[in-house]
Order: sequence, then C-alpha cells, then structure tokens
Amino acid sequence: MRTYDRIAIKRLFINFVCAGQPAGVPSLPTRQVFWMPAFLVVTSQHIPTYPSMKKIVNKHPLAIRWFHWINFPVLGVMIWTGLLIYWANDVYKIGFGDKTLIKFFPQSFYQAFHISYRLAEGMAYHFIFMWLFFLNGILYVLYTIFSGEWKYLLPNKSSWREAWLVLLHDLHIRKAKPQQGKYNGAQRIAYTAIIIMGIGSVLTGLAIYKPVQLGWMTAIFGGYKMSRIIHFVLTIGYVLFFVIHVIQVIIAGWNNFRAMVTGFEVMRVKDELVQVEASSAILPPVEVTPAEGMKTESDDNPET
Amino acid sequence: MANFISNLFRSNKKLTVDEFIVKKTITSFFFLFLFFAGCVWAWKWIKAQPRDKGITGGVQQPIRNVLNANEKIFRTVTYSKNHLTKTYPFSAAVKNVRFNGNLGLGNDFDPATWSLHVVKKNGDTLSLKLDDLKKLPKTEICFNFKCIEGWNQITWWSGVKFSDFMKAYGLNEEATMKYIGLSTPDEKYYVGIDMPSALHPQTILCYELNGKPLPMKEGYPLRLIIPVKYGIKHLKRIGILYFDNNRPPDYWAERGYDYYSGL
Repeated sequence: MRTYDRIAIKRLFINFVCAGQPAGVPSLPTRQVFWMPAFLVVTSQHIPTYPSMKKIVNKHPLAIRWFHWINFPVLGVMIWTGLLIYWANDVYKIGFGDKTLIKFFPQSFYQAFHISYRLAEGMAYHFIFMWLFFLNGILYVLYTIFSGEWKYLLPNKSSWREAWLVLLHDLHIRKAKPQQGKYNGAQRIAYTAIIIMGIGSVLTGLAIYKPVQLGWMTAIFGGYKMSRIIHFVLTIGYVLFFVIHVIQVIIAGWNNFRAMVTGFEVMRVKDELVQVEASSAILPPVEVTPAEGMKTESDDNPET
Repeated sequence: MANFISNLFRSNKKLTVDEFIVKKTITSFFFLFLFFAGCVWAWKWIKAQPRDKGITGGVQQPIRNVLNANEKIFRTVTYSKNHLTKTYPFSAAVKNVRFNGNLGLGNDFDPATWSLHVVKKNGDTLSLKLDDLKKLPKTEICFNFKCIEGWNQITWWSGVKFSDFMKAYGLNEEATMKYIGLSTPDEKYYVGIDMPSALHPQTILCYELNGKPLPMKEGYPLRLIIPVKYGIKHLKRIGILYFDNNRPPDYWAERGYDYYSGL
C-alpha cells in the first residue's frame, strides 16, 4: 500500500491497482498498475481473491468519515440551541426600509418547534457542545493537513472555472458533465468554504461569549453587534449548505453516499478499462513490484 | 439470504468482490447506526439526569458541571482585571434606557428608610446612606451594556468604584473572600458575584444614570454596574451586601443560567 502511495505522490497523478481479475480476461495479471487518479488506490487488504466485474476503490479515509458523521449531530445541536438563544432577542430581518421580506423568525416557526422561553437551556447546551464542535473541527483540519487530504480539498487554479461548469451542468444549462476527480471544483470550493465558516463561527462565538476579556477579537469582527450578526449569518449558511449538500448527495446516488459510510466506491471493471485506455494514451503504465512484507498471492492461499 | 450473510462473517471465508462489498456495507452502516443510537441515548440520558440542587438549579447536574468547568477555564485563560470593557464618550449614550425587569422593585419601597446594609465578615453590619457613598470619589463609565437575552445598549452610569468603596470602609479582609452577595431590600432578587469580577476596576455601586439620579425603575437609589457580567448580575436597588467563601444564592442561576455569566 505504502509503495503505491509513494508512486502516486511522486507522479502527482495517479495509479490504480487492479482489484481482481476481470472475469473472462484470464490473461490479465492479478496485480497490474494502470494510470488512474491517485485517490483510487486500493489497499492490499481490500484485494479480494476471486475475480469480479467490480472493483473497490477507496475514497474517504476512516478518520474523515468519523469527523463528518460526528459533526452532523454536533452542528445540529449547535444550530438548535442557537435558535433557543436567538429567540430571546429575535431582531434580524431582511427587507428594504420599512418593508420586511423575511423575518427571522415568524411566531409560527417558534411555536412549531417549541422554541420559546428556553434561553437558559439553549445557552447551557450551546456552551457544552461548542467544545465538541471546536475539537472535531480542529482535529479534522489537522488530519487533512498531515494526511495530505488537503490536496483534494483546497481549490486550485481550475476550480473556479470548473465550479462554474458544474453549476451550469447541475442547472441543466450545459449538457456535458464536468470532470469529476475525488472532488470537483464546486465541491473543493464548498468544502473549503465550510471550514472557513466553521473557523468564523468559533471566533465570532468567542467574540460574543467573552466580549470584554477577548475585546480585541470582538473589535476585529466590527464590535459586539456585528459579531452576533456574522455568527447568525454563518448559521443560516450552514442550513443552506446542508440543504444543497443533501440534494447533491441524493442526485449523486447510492455509490457516492455509501463511500462516506464504508469508505469505498464500487467501480465496474468495464468502465475502468475504457478509462484506462483513454488515459494510457497520455501516460504509459508503470510496473510496480510489491514492497517487502506486502501480501502476495501465496499469503492469501497458504495451502498452495 | 440469512445464510448468505452469515456466511460472509465467517472468519476464514475468502470473499469475492461482491461479497466483500456486501459485508463491508453491512458492518459500516451498522457502526453508523450504533453511533446515531449512541447520540440519541446520550441526549436522553442527559435530559433524564436529576436537576442540580442548592445554589444553582434548573439544569441537569452534568450540564451544570460543564458550565462550572467553563467558568474555571475562562477565569484562568482569559480573565484579567486589566481587560477593560470598551468605553464610549458620554454623548454616545442612549437617552431611552431599556427597562427590562422589575424583580425586587416592589411598589411599597420607601426611599427615606433605605440604607445599604453591609454585613462584614465578623457579623457586624454597616448601615450606609446614599450621602455616605457620594462622599467617596465618583467614577463614571459609558459602555455597551449587554443583556443575556442578546440586546445591548450604550449607557452612561456613575457612582463609586466598588474597589474604592471596599478600601474606604476598610473591608480588606472581606476582599480576600471568594464571593459577594447582593440582594434587593425585599430580598426578592439576589445575585452572587465572584470577588475578582466585583473588584474589577470598572465595577461600580451606581447612583446616577445619564448624569442624573437613578430613576426608580433603574434601581433608585443604588444599583450595581458590572461590565464584566451580563445584565442579570447588575442588581437594581441594592439593600444588602455581604461576603462569602461559598457561592451566595443567585436568582437566575437557580433558574438554569450559568452562575458565572462573565463576559
């Protein structure tokens, strides 16, 4: 596995370990390396013994999956308790002059969710779960830095253009599907933005929580009132992110969703061979000799 | 089907790709389900915990423990008497000060009989009139008053710096105690405040608002202004002041709010 990783990083692209021998193509060696995006490296423990038409390609590391799923309920509690707090002074609205377009929030909304008169409860839970939100966020950021995952997550030069094409495609304006690596340009921008938003929430939260002791922080965000507004707007941002995120996950389908739980995506060998053909026109295949201590065929079949 | 699945989990089984996919999908989703079930269980467990009793209340004991831990952390990490709240020119102060609570401000109050009762450590009581306090140096502050509900107002208050008052009346021994307790003359509203916050240089025993004597509804004749705390601690119409090494009773802490409520 490590050997493959290193090669992948060295070439800055891409290799792929054949997960199993495709049925009906007995002449193919069991392990062969093709050119594929680097994230599609399969760990040796996932290499099954028997041939199949499907291949398992690792997508999300276990740590990222945990950070993701822990964040879900924690952020949920933070938003919920934030609402309980906000109710006590619900002054924000969108409108022009005297005309109000959206009031945050209508009385019916508070009634539907039993939000009224729960300020003390809201603050208590908010100031407990803030630790979980903070710790989970900081561990996620550290993990992406040290594992190298940041390379797939940070936007690059082409991300903005790519994100535009993704948007056009998603709105059914442009037919051609933009290139999809581990994350497309729109995803890179969204997943980086959400981290910046998280940092913003922690800092504006501190600016509101300790506006005297951390007065300098409150000042950076334009004062107490502005800190509160930013904190609130970021929360609305999470809700919008969540809605779009869930819609996109539904559209992307089961294989993509399952990857956030199991870690792998399943690819059809046929599709993959077509892609290999296309990419091998640019780059030649490399041969990889299994590193010492790597599982080999004979390890899998001790009887033979 | 059941046979097929139980077969997958035999330890010595060599799996095909399809079998591996099924097996891994089942186990991973099982762990995700366990995690969510654990979250629900933890939430219900917290909700079912007994409310804390005594000085604080209204909130489950584990939650109170975290709030108390938060107090320790932020008192250690961020609190300093040198951290001052931002002040504004007096002209920035609002004319219509928001009135937000009449607890302890009963109508049967007679200003003529009022005095501030200071209970010393040895049990002696000082009875002070407003004029006694006015003889001490006057401190004025115009700052952004912050209510725990979330609103804030720039307001201008004047009175005696609490630390000046302590020195002037020789309350040095009391100043080494951990808390002060304040209550209205009718004892219907009461707060407890940690000594460092009470002795913060911007904490004042206040008798003037916008340069004029305190209005009745703002706590005439004397109230606390303590910018390092939310408004709930700025007790109006102080009747009794005392000192303690344990937390004095606190009206809002009994109702589930953080005892410290420090800014």
